[in-house]
Amino acid sequence: MTTTRRGFIGGAVGAAITATTSEAGTTKHFAGHPGRYGLLHDTTLCVGCRSCEVACKEVSGLPPVEDPVDDPRVFDTVRRTTDTSLTVVNKYVEGSDDEPPVYRKLQCMHCNEPCCATVCLVHAFEKTPEGPVVYHPELCMGCRYCVMACPYYALAYEYEDPLAPKVMRCTMCYDRIKEGKVPGCAEACPMGAITFGVREELVKVARERIRKHPDRYVDHIFGEHEFGGTSWMILAGTSFGELGLDEGVTSEPLPAIATSYLGVVPLVVTIYPGLLMGMYAFSKRHEAVAKAEREDAVAEAVADTEEEGRKKLEAAAERAKKDKERSVDMAVKKALAEAQKGGDE
Amino acid sequence: MSDVIVDTVPEPVKTGWFTPFNFIAGIILAGGAIILGIRFTQGLAATTNLSNTYPWGLWIGFDVMSGVALAAGGFVTSTAVYLFGMKEYKPVVRAALLTGFLGYFLVVLGLLADLGRPWRLPYPFIKSPGPTSPLFEVSLCVALYLTVLFIETTPAVFEWLGLKKFRKVVGGMTIALTIFGLILSTMHQSTLGAMFMVAPTRLHPLWYSGHIPVHFFVSAVAAGLAMVIVEGMVSHRAFHHQIQITQDHFRRINFGLAKAASVALAIYFSIKVIALATEDEWHLLGTGWGAYWLLEVLGFVLLPCLLFAVGYRERRLPVVRVAAVITVIGIMLNRFNVTFIAFNWNNPTAETYIPSWMEIWVTVAFIIFAVVVFRWIANRMPIMYEHPDWKGVH
Repeated sequence: MTTTRRGFIGGAVGAAITATTSEAGTTKHFAGHPGRYGLLHDTTLCVGCRSCEVACKEVSGLPPVEDPVDDPRVFDTVRRTTDTSLTVVNKYVEGSDDEPPVYRKLQCMHCNEPCCATVCLVHAFEKTPEGPVVYHPELCMGCRYCVMACPYYALAYEYEDPLAPKVMRCTMCYDRIKEGKVPGCAEACPMGAITFGVREELVKVARERIRKHPDRYVDHIFGEHEFGGTSWMILAGTSFGELGLDEGVTSEPLPAIATSYLGVVPLVVTIYPGLLMGMYAFSKRHEAVAKAEREDAVAEAVADTEEEGRKKLEAAAERAKKDKERSVDMAVKKALAEAQKGGDE
Repeated sequence: MSDVIVDTVPEPVKTGWFTPFNFIAGIILAGGAIILGIRFTQGLAATTNLSNTYPWGLWIGFDVMSGVALAAGGFVTSTAVYLFGMKEYKPVVRAALLTGFLGYFLVVLGLLADLGRPWRLPYPFIKSPGPTSPLFEVSLCVALYLTVLFIETTPAVFEWLGLKKFRKVVGGMTIALTIFGLILSTMHQSTLGAMFMVAPTRLHPLWYSGHIPVHFFVSAVAAGLAMVIVEGMVSHRAFHHQIQITQDHFRRINFGLAKAASVALAIYFSIKVIALATEDEWHLLGTGWGAYWLLEVLGFVLLPCLLFAVGYRERRLPVVRVAAVITVIGIMLNRFNVTFIAFNWNNPTAETYIPSWMEIWVTVAFIIFAVVVFRWIANRMPIMYEHPDWKGVH
């Protein structure tokens, strides 16, 4: 089950365990499966009719749009995709007499290197060679890391379901694509604002449109390179920031950024035991040295005391001897004196 | 608090079942059980304020993100005592390890409530591993570390039960377990931060950093130390009849922990400022988010750092304790900011996340559960004191 080219270092960890991406951890670059499909959303053609929303719910077997589709009040708030609305159309720029309002369709962008697949700890997402990112609910634990990670706020979760909630998002009509059909939204769009085709061809189509109508388009295809590129790409006549998209983000794929740190993990596992055993050995040795020094000091002190004691003892003995000699002398003198005295008498 | 040195096994405190604490704890636990019942019959939507834009709320932000950080005291103190030979801290190691074990147990409880299909918890290991995910590493480490903490808690159990043979076996594993625990902690404490590296546009740039794994690890060390001080503040009073060390020794331990926490916070503050400088985000300090970031970093990192230093230098235990409480609150604030406050800072819809009362209730119930279990164990087993048969042994 191949998901995506993984981050350079993180991939080495992943590949070591799953051995699914032979090129991961090497200097080779995987540019993506050739001939994979994509969709181009030309916001300059979109009129906000929400036909795509209706069609999406139909082909996905979801409950139909509740409010009347042509009710303009729906555009009063910025909406996002939910577990029952896998695509929504928002109005981002109010129209004027000269300029029509600008709408944008939101859905899963089906990244070339999807971060939802990278951050899933049970491998429940898969980038198919055809382009769509598919989801396997039978594996999902419901941690919602994918919902948190998605930079396009495109993933939704069935919070209402107590026991078998699923992540819900645009499937890019993977089943229809395999049958040779066009995704529901692209088929339903009356304005030709959604074009389905081989992604590389769509990039050429988009470039051609910009070249032909430089005054109509901003000279940028959103999704061609953003975070490694996406299957859904967007053309616009206003800045992409105004359309609620993060402008000027890196072309580095998010999975590479997300997993760059994981390369440290094997180092911790290999370096720590030796380092820590070394520290333990140092502390033990420190203790042993301190103990030996203490013992030496005690021995020396004992020896010193003994020596001192011996000297004291000797001195005392000497003194005692002298005392004794003196007392003998005195006794002798006394005796002599007494004898003298006795002789004189 | 007495200065009398106890050298026997203290009797468990005999209080009736119907104490005010037990009464309130019982109500909170029963309420928590009912809410979890609702969660598993009516879904997360009925119990939480989680949404598609805020898929992670209090149960992840507190129970998992803060819980793991606050439980870091276990690996920090056991490393100091068993690997670095700082034996004067031995009297607090068991309590710190038990707090750590219960903290990680809460993490798992929180996950079981929060996961859509919690019975699939073993899937990453037995059915379909996704090793590219930082969360895969976190869950593997947490599973292993919970086991390590469990084994590290068993000496007290075996001493209590008088199973000398088993006690000897686990005692012989101390060094290996401490090293393994430190490896696992280094990895998952930092990888919890790495989990957010996938969201450079969704997490506010002041909190997002290429070094966020290091931020998480260093702040967890400070939080773990602060938590040992806070836990000692409560348990030293609650279990005063069991305490064998002198009041002076207990104070010395606290001042040592304060010194270490001050250094850890100083490092944390420095790397936060370095991240600000290397990513050149000074201009963001002038924004509302910048003011909020400054509140967190100055008020809950630098301030307790200085208070710890002052408390240590002037030997003032109350100052140290205030610093510890601020640090604990600060770590929670940081994890909340990263998980759901500074997250989605520029989200296109006007949506925000405030936890529901049921999420808060369940979280409080989990904490009460841990406190009750801690009390039950510490009342019976040699946690706060050394068993006379095993004095001075690992």
